[in-house]
Amino acid sequence: MTEQFSEGVVGRETGTQLVKRGLAEMLKGGVIMDVVDPEQARIAEDSGAVAVMALERVPSDIRRDGGVARMSDPAMIEGIQAVCTIPVMAKARIGHFAEAQILQSLGVDYIDESEVLTPADEAHHIDKWAFSVPFVCGATNLGEALRRISEGACMIRSKGEAGTGNVVEAVRHIRSILGDIRKITTADSAELFEWAKRLQAPLPLVQEIAETGKLPVPLFCAGGIATPADASLVMQLGSETVFVGSGIFKSSDPALMARAIVEAATNFRDADILAKVSRGLGDAMPGLEIASLETKLADRGW
Amino acid sequence: MPGPIVGVLALQGAVGLHSHALTRLGVEHLEVRNARDLASVDALIFPGGESTTMSKLLTINALFEPVAARLEAGMPAFGTCAGMILLATNVIDGRADQRSFGAIDIDVRRNAFGRQIDSFEADLDVIGLPEAPVHAVFIRAPIVERVGPGVEILAAVDDGRPVACRQGNVMVTSFHPELEPDLRMHELFVRQVAA
Repeated sequence: MTEQFSEGVVGRETGTQLVKRGLAEMLKGGVIMDVVDPEQARIAEDSGAVAVMALERVPSDIRRDGGVARMSDPAMIEGIQAVCTIPVMAKARIGHFAEAQILQSLGVDYIDESEVLTPADEAHHIDKWAFSVPFVCGATNLGEALRRISEGACMIRSKGEAGTGNVVEAVRHIRSILGDIRKITTADSAELFEWAKRLQAPLPLVQEIAETGKLPVPLFCAGGIATPADASLVMQLGSETVFVGSGIFKSSDPALMARAIVEAATNFRDADILAKVSRGLGDAMPGLEIASLETKLADRGW
Repeated sequence: MPGPIVGVLALQGAVGLHSHALTRLGVEHLEVRNARDLASVDALIFPGGESTTMSKLLTINALFEPVAARLEAGMPAFGTCAGMILLATNVIDGRADQRSFGAIDIDVRRNAFGRQIDSFEADLDVIGLPEAPVHAVFIRAPIVERVGPGVEILAAVDDGRPVACRQGNVMVTSFHPELEPDLRMHELFVRQVAA
């Protein structure tokens, strides 16, 4: 060896945008699964999940039980962290920065400021720049996505309608976000001001999209994904990863469904593989018609 | 004469960022999802992502044995983060069912720096790139705990543990050059492929 290397790193920085967005990049092409206890977390990791979302009740149970849904018990989150070697995420209420501070102190790998929980603030989302742990936020359209990014979100997930097992809202939201991005890429520079106004979004972010043709952070999909075909659908529409909430542990054979959705996420364009993994999965979670819902969770968030 | 085709293992993870780096270098590349794809590439990049997920998908997609055979036959490989774990001989703090190729004689500890809040970026001196340090991004990164004979250490962190190594034409990094606009690590690998 002719050259000597100098040991050590210089200017070490944690909690930067690059580091926060970087983890979202690493989750691409995978499946993030909602789990309510260590046993489910183990099944999720065994099945090939790229991360788990630790919460006390899956969205379909939150929907059924009603009442106020809050951050999970730290002991429950720690129980899941103890059995997982993959990233563990957890949810805070919209605007509830104190819950987010607690989650950061627990060392969760990502915080979901989530409409699935009951909002704590009807005007403000959390100032996510103030945290070194990264945040994911839901969005139903491009304006909402850009507002969340301007507040510091490092990953956007289309909201869909959580806990329904009905993919129709997820499709609406992902199409809306990506459809507007496509339109913006063909707008001229004067039209971008109008787009920023219409979207109620910061102009620099709109200009960035006009140039790059994509969101500045990864775009994942959530809310109503219940089968391997659902995962394939939203990924073919442009989602880079899927969150599956109630869809796995409310199905009749969670381990089998989890593995099938993982395979579907990797091979989302290969109909032969999708046909193979969709066979004999038992019952998917029971679904709900959107028109029959008393509460639309996707309407939460501003 | 046409240049080599570099594959990017496309089961999960930061596949697009590696492809983008190769595009910028003007290198022909292909996403590898199955044995057929593998047969048409001259080298393979193992991207960052979740190593346990990729290990499972390698088996499910019937890619583990074909990739192992190509590595055995001397196919050049470059692994970043999870990719480094997949190419290592032994994985510490992995899952019991986690498989790795042993294409470079190192033992690697998963999540060696801690959780995401401990992830960091920093400047790192890398052998072979004397002009300036590499700005390296470590995301829940692994570290090398043992290097076998014949493994060259390209970079190390403060306590001396290696974070970039090379043995023959297999190169690995704990960090993610694919997250940075700096193309020099990819260039280093592509030069190896062409040689």
